[in-house]
Order: sequence, then C-alpha cells, then structure tokens
Amino acid sequence: MVFHATLQGERYRFDDLRALLAKASPLRSGDELTGVAAADPVERVAAREALANVPLRAFLRETVVPYELCDVTRLIAERHDAASFAPIAHMTVGQWRDWLLGYEADEAALAAVARGLTPEMVSAVSKLMRNQDLIAVARKARVVTAFRNTQGLRGRLGSRLQPNHPTDDARGIAAALLDGLLLGAGDAVLGINPATDSIEAGMVLVRMLDDVRQRYDIPAQSCVLTHITNTLAMIERGAPVDLVFQSIAGTQRANESFGVSLALLDEAHQAARSLRRGSVGDNVMYFETGQGAAISADAHFGVDQQTLEVRAYAVAREYAPLLVNTVVGFIGPEYLYDGKQIIRAGLEDHFCGKLMGLPMGCDVCYTNHAEVDQDDSDDLMMLLAAAGVNFLIAVPGGDDVMLNYQSLSYHDILTVRSVYGVAPAPEFEQWLERMALLDGRRRLNANVPLALPGFMDARD
Amino acid sequence: MPVTEARAPDLARDPWATLRGLTHARIGLGRAGDALAGADVRALQAAHAQARRAVHATLDPARLALGAPFIAVRSRAPDRGVFVRRPDLGRRLAAPDAERLPCAPCDVLFVIADGLSALAAARQAPGVLEAARAALPGWSIGPVIVAHNARVALGDEIGERIGARCVVMMIGERPGLSAADSLSLYLTWDPKVGRMDSERNCISNIHAHGGMDHDEAAFRLGWLLRGARALGRSGISLKDDSMSARLPPAAP
Repeated sequence: MVFHATLQGERYRFDDLRALLAKASPLRSGDELTGVAAADPVERVAAREALANVPLRAFLRETVVPYELCDVTRLIAERHDAASFAPIAHMTVGQWRDWLLGYEADEAALAAVARGLTPEMVSAVSKLMRNQDLIAVARKARVVTAFRNTQGLRGRLGSRLQPNHPTDDARGIAAALLDGLLLGAGDAVLGINPATDSIEAGMVLVRMLDDVRQRYDIPAQSCVLTHITNTLAMIERGAPVDLVFQSIAGTQRANESFGVSLALLDEAHQAARSLRRGSVGDNVMYFETGQGAAISADAHFGVDQQTLEVRAYAVAREYAPLLVNTVVGFIGPEYLYDGKQIIRAGLEDHFCGKLMGLPMGCDVCYTNHAEVDQDDSDDLMMLLAAAGVNFLIAVPGGDDVMLNYQSLSYHDILTVRSVYGVAPAPEFEQWLERMALLDGRRRLNANVPLALPGFMDARD
Repeated sequence: MPVTEARAPDLARDPWATLRGLTHARIGLGRAGDALAGADVRALQAAHAQARRAVHATLDPARLALGAPFIAVRSRAPDRGVFVRRPDLGRRLAAPDAERLPCAPCDVLFVIADGLSALAAARQAPGVLEAARAALPGWSIGPVIVAHNARVALGDEIGERIGARCVVMMIGERPGLSAADSLSLYLTWDPKVGRMDSERNCISNIHAHGGMDHDEAAFRLGWLLRGARALGRSGISLKDDSMSARLPPAAP
C-alpha cells in the first residue's frame, strides 16, 4: 500500500509500510548503512505525519518481511489475538500514541492489549514518541517474572552480575563473582559469557555457579550464556542448568545465522522446565537482542533496524522468559553511532519490549569504536530507571575484560538504587540483609572479601 | 584461597590484594558513598582514551617480521573512518586486489587482518602463526595474506580466490579497556562469499594481559581444524571439546 503526506506544500510518497516505518525512524547509522533511512529531516517528519494516519488494522494486512520467507512473520500472524486488539482496533497509530499517554491507559489496560499488538504496530507508535513519552508509558507497564526470586515488581530494580574472564578461569571468575555479590548485585542472574564454545568448560562454570548459590543459599538464578545447543548438551549431561540463554533476532534468516530456530527454542524451553529448579516461579528462558543484529547477519529485508528488533520480542514472548535484555550499544557504531543514538535506542527497546509484555532489561553499554563514553551510559541508566526497567547489567568497574566493551559497574547500580529509592528483588534484598551486607538503611556496608567466609576456598 | 603470613600485611591495608592477582577485571574498587572512588574513575577514562587510539591505528606489514613473503590486500573501505561505519565494505576485497590474488590451493590459509585493532594483529598474529605451523604437521599452508580495513568475512573471498580448503582469519578484536591488543581466530571451512557466521568457529581473547597465550591458541586451532576436516564443515556443529582431549579419561 502506498502512503502520502503533504508537509509545507510539498508532497511525499512512501511506497509501502516497510518504507514508511524506516523513513519515520529517528536517525541512526544502521538504517543509513542499509539505505532505508529518510533522505533528510523533513522527509522523516513527513513520514511520521503519514504514519500517524495509518489505521492499526493496516498492520494486520501488510507484512514487512514476506510471510512465506519468514517463520517470525508467520508466528506474529498466528499469535495475534483479536480480542486483546479490540479496544484499540479502531485507532490510527497517531490516536493510539495519545491513548497510550492518557490516564485511562494504566497498568491493567496496557497488559490487556499486549497480545493484540504486533511488533510493527509497537515500532510504529514508538516512532511518534519523544524520549519522555517512551519513559512515561513504559513506567506504567509492569511485567513480573520469577524463578528463585521475583523480578519486575514496582519499587524494585534487578541487576545481572557478569563476572566474565578472558580464559574462563574458575578462580578469576569466582573473584569477580565475589566482588559483585559484596556490592549487592546479581538478583536478576549470575550470568557468565564464556570465552569459548567448549561444553566441558561450560559444565565447569555451571557447576561452580550452582555450588556458590547453594553454599550461601543465594535466592538467585545462574546462567552460562553459551549457544542453546551447548546448553541442551549440558542438560543432557546432567549439569545444574537454571536458565537457557540465547541471542535472538527478528527474522528467520537472522536466527539461522545465530544457529537457532523456533523448534530449537521450544525444545530447550521444555528441557529446562523439566528440571523444575525454580523455587518461586518457572520462567526459565533468558534472551538477548539488539538493534543491528539482523543487519549484521544480512537478514534485514530492507526493514529498519528498530522494527526488526521489536520482531525479536515476538519470538521472545513465545517462551515466557524470566529475562530479556537489549544489548544496546554492543554491536557497534555502524548501527548506533553515538551516545544520542544509543540512548534513544535503549529507551525504544525498553518501551517496545514492555508493551509487548516482556520483562525488559538492558545492557547499557558501548564499544570503544563508538562515539560514546561513560557519561552517555549514566544518562541512559538514569532514564531507564525512571522508565521502570526490570534489570540492568553490571560488570566489575564497568569494564568487561572478556567481551571487551564497557557496561555499567556494580557501583552504578548502587547509585541508581539510591537516586530512585529502588531495591533489588525482595528475596535477594532479604538475603543481603541476612548476610549483613546492608547497613539496615538499605545502604551497602564496606564489605571485605571475608564477609562471605570461605568463598575462594574450594575453587581450585 | 590460602592466606600466607607474608601476605597478611598487604591484606590488612588492601583486603583485595590477593584476589586482584586472579583476574584483570576491576575488582575491589574503592567507593565514595555509592559511587566509584575518583582515582578508579580516572583510571577508566585513561584506559578508554588508549583504546580509542588503538581503533584508529593502522597495520604496518613491514613491522610484522613475518620472515616469509606475504601478499597485502585491502578491503573496499578506503580508510578507518569509513571502515568503522561500513562493515559491508570491509567484507569485500578492493577489485584490483581481488584480481591480483593467485590461485594457490592449500589446506589452510592464514590471513592477518587489522579488524578493529591493528595493534592486536601486529602483536599477536606472528606468534600465533608460528605456533600454528608447528601444530599442523602434514597440512599444506598457503601464502600469508595481510589484510587492511578487514572484517571477518573478508577471509571468505580471499580463501575462495586462493582455493583454500579452510581459511583462518587472525583478526584484531575491538579494543577493550584492559586489552587493546586482543586477537581472535575465525576458522571457516570451504570459504566462499556468503558464508554465515554460524558456519565459523572462533577462538578469542588471545593477548598477554591474562588472555590466552599463543601456544594454547594454536593447540585449540589444531584441534578445531582436525575436527572440521573430519566433519567436512565448520560452525556450530563442530564443538570445541579440546579440553577433554587433554584430560585423562574419567574415573569409572
């Protein structure tokens, strides 16, 4: 379908929904790379004008990635729930934007429509929103999940403790794990990115994390973020796997480039659930996504990178995940060039994920070849906390020595908690108190390594 | 971790002194209230500035001291600025360089590539190459290629043109704060333009700041290459079980 807008006497034409979405998208290097971005700022605003007038129903008639070529498109179509869609079915994208910001669109109203939304609708409305709108609407939404603690409650902010080591050295990882726990981090997940694909090495790390968890009775879940086929192999070999991790993207072809399919995700989801390791819930999946993933796999079909990102959320919600996070500045400046683009993308991803019904977190991060620094990360971290993000990722000193990028530090998480008056998951906060790591006023003590006695003893 | 008498005074002043020896991660940092101590903030800024410098460095083949003839090629990205923003150009050879590559069939072809850290390629690749030659008896090894403004997939086109059964890209990783000179090896069996990332195997974090050393990298590479030859392909179906290859058999 062709769309038009007239702006200050000049008429603009957009050939189809895919082109309209791309040209309405805020400027970012990835869309310039694939040649789908608006030619200039005026065309961008014209596209938004046209997009505001598109009925939401139009998104049910026109696909951006061909149905016959992509199982993600088929999944979106098959799972669309007409009853959930009914309250907003008569609206245009522009009217829906105003509805989302209205007082009537409260937590319950947002949850009620979630299954009636397609990723393309959600992407479209985000393009008509300023950063403050993305924050204001997202903070009304709540997505609560649970495994060994409860994530996503109001007044709470989770953190992933990421104790990576460049050679997966168990003692080096244990030292970084101890550092994070003493700084009060890790309720969302104790999660290691292994340096190699080795199943043996993955087994060693899974067992080490589980030993620590049991020894100190930590109400948290652990994860070794290896390929899903490795995790399946570890489960088969009897490893104590809490969560299944996988990177996912918004097209079948991009997922194939990750070596993953919907069938494989189903299989792993069932395998992890069958272990019944959760104590307060059974959300067992952990997904990471990020704008640019489908482009780097040359699987974008001319769709803008943000719309593709939201399509990945349609995959994620099939599996009732405990955690989903966008790794927003990780893929590089060819997709998000500078701090402005990364901050915008982080807020979009969080907003879109929450609207889709996902327990959305964020790895606020950047690589050293992007035009970004820690000040930009501070900004995004604070804005996401205002938006009610479920969890943030943190590494020692903000410097990941394995993946070679900068994330947040455990200290940064402490700062966010005190600025916004939020705390980790209730079960985990009680554990911090029980271990005397907090001072009784929700502040952290100056914890020395011996505060968790014997931590390094048995890690040879 | 055992705490010796000799260490005790250090630990009294800095309880993290011993643990810091186990990782280059920034553990046990100071606090000012919730925030990082000022000295630690400035140390991070200094490391970031160094990494920014490494991103924009260029690879000088003359300083690699390869001791054997090599062929230098360029991607279609004309300079570092374009290279950073246009990975597509970094995955294809500049037309004249593509024409120049000889057909020289071999079992394995090594490409030294700047990637996002020319510093890593310069410091690690020659040593890894030497160790890899020793770890691959009986394999025919093609001419060494030095590639400028190169992404991983550039190896597909190079390997296809040369006629290699397998290409190993020795490529500079994007610089981190602790290691601005970390190298990765990407192994692709039957290289040709259009190979997907899931068809490769990777060995990463080869550097001298607590990363993998050159001999270990060569050992793992040899293991993967033999596995790829046996399977007839590389990628996710080829798992790195090199650790178990070195472990004694499990006790009954």
